[in-house]
Amino acid sequence: MSERILLKNIDTTRPGPPCSYDRYVKGGGYEGARAALRMTPLEVQQVVKDSGLRGRGGAGFPTGLKWSFVPMDFKGQKYLICNCDEMEPGTFKDRALIYNDPHQLIEGMIIAAYAMQMTKGFIFIRYEYRKGAESVNHAIAIAEKNGWLGRNIQGSGFDFHLETHLSAGRYICGEETALINSLEGRRANPRSKPPFPQTKGFLGQPTIVNNVETLCCLPHILARGASWFKSIGTEGSSGTKIVGASGRVRRPGLWELPMGVPMRTVLEEYAGGPAREHGFKAVIPGGLSTPMMTPDQFDTPLDFDSVAKAGSRLGTACLIVFDEGDCMVNVTENIIRFYARESCGFCTPCREGIPYIHDIVKAIRDGAGCEGDLPTLDEMAKHIMHTFCAFAPGAQGPFLSAITKFRHEFENYLRAGAPAAATPAAGRQS
Amino acid sequence: MTTIPDLLRKELSDHCAHYASRRVGLIWVLQKLQAHFGGYLPDEAITLAAEIVGIPEPDVEGVATFYNWLFREPVGRRIIVVCDSISCHLCGCDSIVARIQKRLGIGMGETTPDGEFTLLPVVCLGNCDKAPTMMIGDELYDCLTPDKVDEILDSIYASAKAGGR
Repeated sequence: MSERILLKNIDTTRPGPPCSYDRYVKGGGYEGARAALRMTPLEVQQVVKDSGLRGRGGAGFPTGLKWSFVPMDFKGQKYLICNCDEMEPGTFKDRALIYNDPHQLIEGMIIAAYAMQMTKGFIFIRYEYRKGAESVNHAIAIAEKNGWLGRNIQGSGFDFHLETHLSAGRYICGEETALINSLEGRRANPRSKPPFPQTKGFLGQPTIVNNVETLCCLPHILARGASWFKSIGTEGSSGTKIVGASGRVRRPGLWELPMGVPMRTVLEEYAGGPAREHGFKAVIPGGLSTPMMTPDQFDTPLDFDSVAKAGSRLGTACLIVFDEGDCMVNVTENIIRFYARESCGFCTPCREGIPYIHDIVKAIRDGAGCEGDLPTLDEMAKHIMHTFCAFAPGAQGPFLSAITKFRHEFENYLRAGAPAAATPAAGRQS
Repeated sequence: MTTIPDLLRKELSDHCAHYASRRVGLIWVLQKLQAHFGGYLPDEAITLAAEIVGIPEPDVEGVATFYNWLFREPVGRRIIVVCDSISCHLCGCDSIVARIQKRLGIGMGETTPDGEFTLLPVVCLGNCDKAPTMMIGDELYDCLTPDKVDEILDSIYASAKAGGR
């Protein structure tokens, strides 16, 4: 295995108590923040730009470029927000980071806050991670005591006040403008862009929202340099990535690997190959909202550009794996049910369209499909692209790829009805 | 008109005052009120939150009915949430839900007559390498099998009886 950087202090197989301040510092912790505080804010931004760091929340937008839209001459309050609303099905990387090494995240936030001169920060944590939030709160208190948070950090003259916000739960909160609305005490409906949060975000002030893993890369970049970070991974995607695998693999788990590791290596070497007697059938590469990939694409390197070239998205790089024993009609019903339930209800194509798709897919699965259902699904897949935010297009990814790549399975259901094995277990209410 | 202890009211109000806009404190206020009112938000909690935060009641109602973890109806002492997202679906969450339902005699969204448990589905719990997974109260349970569900429920009932509620 290659060098563990973000997971240095974390045993992903056996989560224990979070890494203590002393252990974190002994391992080189807070050296990145120390280095940043010796530079000017713009120099720190330049290091991050030079490192080629791209957002680990799923979109892969260059972090330095995102930051550069924050007006540095703005005199009022600016805010830094960490998005720890990890609810993307199949994704379990940020949990490992905040439960086990909260100081790494805090250090990353100090660096980001200093680079953009943001004196207030929030960590937005999903309700189900409330025990993790307790670890983070404890670490914040320790960091304050050691002069890393609060007023005049390490004598630099820079102030940064950080607190956690425990969400009341809803998948859409992970969308950055919905997250900002939620933090303001509103319904988590996404906002229209522009204006972008960088100029008008939380309470109308310049705001940056970054993912946990993105922020956790910063201490290492600042401590070891942009060129070191760029030397790992690929030309367009530098650094390591926390890659996960779940579903039909023998050893599901999380591994920190250089960007560009072939999907097959993850599936076969790290995840131990198929869990059952069946061969692999498909992989959803980056959390649920990315198009399915098939075994002929398993040599694809796991980096932003290669996965995009293969017609999907790297997303969160947490692979969801299906084998030949899985019925893709049944799988698609589960996928679409999730989106139908979690739609925020704000715009019509999403609120009405996704449940409509679910009704049809469920009817097909239950043996009650009719001729014309597949063309209707094709049509609906187009309509749900015309929505206010990226939620419904996210749903379209796995859905459209399923009805395209595994169309014969849907056709079999329409011809012969539902096979007995695919009917849901007794007592199940969906 | 129900009132809440002055100390709680002050704590909630002070929390709101800590932000540049009092409304930022709303979700925290609702979470605190929910705990105070035994796990859900009765109508008077909405009125109180509106008063404390200083926004109209319909705005509070809009927020209280939006989020998965704010309840406008009474719930059990412990909420069971079973992940039914894709990885847990592949690994058999249906059989976990079926066992809980059979054991407790309730359907999804229902509360046991003794007021101990409410059963709900939940979005991916971010524990996919240990699927299927669920939470009961603050505890996370993973690598579940139907038999393991029985053991977990047995031990919770046993400790509740012993007064460890």
